[in-house]
Amino acid sequence: MTAALAFQNLTLGYDRHPAVHHLSGEIGEGSLLAVVGPNGAGKSTLLKGIVGVLRPLGGKISRNGLNANDIAYLPQIAEIDRSFPISVYDLVAMGLWKRAGLLGGIGGAHRGKISQAIEAVGLRGFESRAIGTLSGGQMQRALFARLLLQDARIILLDEPFASLDSKTVSDLLELVHRWHGEKRTVVAVLHDFEMVKRHFPEALLLAREPVAWGKTAETLSPENLLKARRMSEAFDDRAGICEDAA
Amino acid sequence: MYGLFIAPFAEFDFMRRALAGVVILSLSAAPIGIFLMLRRMSLAGDVMAHAILPGAALGFLLAGLDLFAMTAGGIAAGITVAVLAGLVARFTELKEDAALAAFYLVSLALGVTLISLKGSNVDLFRVLFGSVLALDNPTIYVIASFTTFSLLALALIWRPLVLECVDPGFLRSVSGSGTAVHLLFLTLVVLNLVAAFHALGTLLAVGMMMLPAAAARFWTQDVTRMAAISVVMGMVSGIGGLLVSFHFNLPTGPAVILAAGVFYAFSVLLGPVGGLRKRLSPGRHLEA
Repeated sequence: MTAALAFQNLTLGYDRHPAVHHLSGEIGEGSLLAVVGPNGAGKSTLLKGIVGVLRPLGGKISRNGLNANDIAYLPQIAEIDRSFPISVYDLVAMGLWKRAGLLGGIGGAHRGKISQAIEAVGLRGFESRAIGTLSGGQMQRALFARLLLQDARIILLDEPFASLDSKTVSDLLELVHRWHGEKRTVVAVLHDFEMVKRHFPEALLLAREPVAWGKTAETLSPENLLKARRMSEAFDDRAGICEDAA
Repeated sequence: MYGLFIAPFAEFDFMRRALAGVVILSLSAAPIGIFLMLRRMSLAGDVMAHAILPGAALGFLLAGLDLFAMTAGGIAAGITVAVLAGLVARFTELKEDAALAAFYLVSLALGVTLISLKGSNVDLFRVLFGSVLALDNPTIYVIASFTTFSLLALALIWRPLVLECVDPGFLRSVSGSGTAVHLLFLTLVVLNLVAAFHALGTLLAVGMMMLPAAAARFWTQDVTRMAAISVVMGMVSGIGGLLVSFHFNLPTGPAVILAAGVFYAFSVLLGPVGGLRKRLSPGRHLEA
């Protein structure tokens, strides 16, 4: 199995405080990985590091020759300005950035793809609605349609199912499985352990430092979860300089 | 009809030039105003308009009422303040609105002081409120070239600009152009404010930008259509303002901005997207 992503002693953080501390390991190509852990454990930070928005404080991420356009990233919904006057169709069409870029035209074939993506997430008929009129679940469906269009080898999802109803969750999970079937690498930050156990073969338990990483059932053992909770409670505002940094 | 709408422009050179000035100005200022508004930077636009004053005043001190000196000074000062306000907000504890308010006050005071060093009250009045009716051909060329540049640049950065507003995280993940786009956009704001400054003065320049934009917000949910509507509103208020000022002998700059204000008030009251009428009598609810 070749690695889609590899971390070597990776430390990510803000203002020199590590949020992800000394992470090493590989994410195999085509794997379906859940990243779990308490709040503040560095899960979102890890995704930001992978997509390249955040530079590592130490260590390295190798992306196996893939560039930013081969990685699709769904941030937490709070980062989107829902009041902006733009239609669902145009929002989804942004997924074509890799092919259309700054000035490229959006032709007939592209339009077909956009319509297919909107159809696939069950939003047909919503094309010309402004995004401000969508419910939380519909918005998330639209963002998944955009992900479909991005057609990326690696897909990163930051809490994609937070506060969605069960129908929406199962529809969107179906897309995740479809990506997995297409041998794409999917990494999702999740909080619902039941869902992780049922749908994600691999899991990474993070509490700033990696607690466990491997098969989901073993990773999410009670001992590991307890350990994760203890580790996340230790935060020191006057922390000294990490001696392992070199 | 002819006497009311056409004759003032047909018979007077200065009215024709003023007409060209406001129409050209609206073409790019209004769409840029849309993005300022959507990025919640309406006040930042106002501050930059004031920031132009000390620069233009410095040009005035050195070269008198010289087009090139005042334009260059205005652009330099506008860009400096845009960058400084951004830096203060980013690297100190002061929030951006407070930083902007500080710059706004200092710029205005400094500009007025500089002008008064050498100029008369007439000059001061002119830089504060503009002189649409005194636009000469070179000034119109400056306005037209800034507008042309702005429209081309806007076409180039339209997609990333929209993306940066809606979903900056997504833009960052697919392209590194975010910062460059933001800086180019700020430059366009300054260029258009300097162009508007020649016609409307430092206090009213931002009016051609923000009023049509704020009014257009009430008519559509689509940013492209919104930009188009704001351009039309800007042009019509420009023409309307010129005519009203001509027939009733009112100061021209304020008349233009008041006309835009009428559009704004009308839109707030009657606009179908979030206007007051819709809120007060929404009609009976639908089936689905």
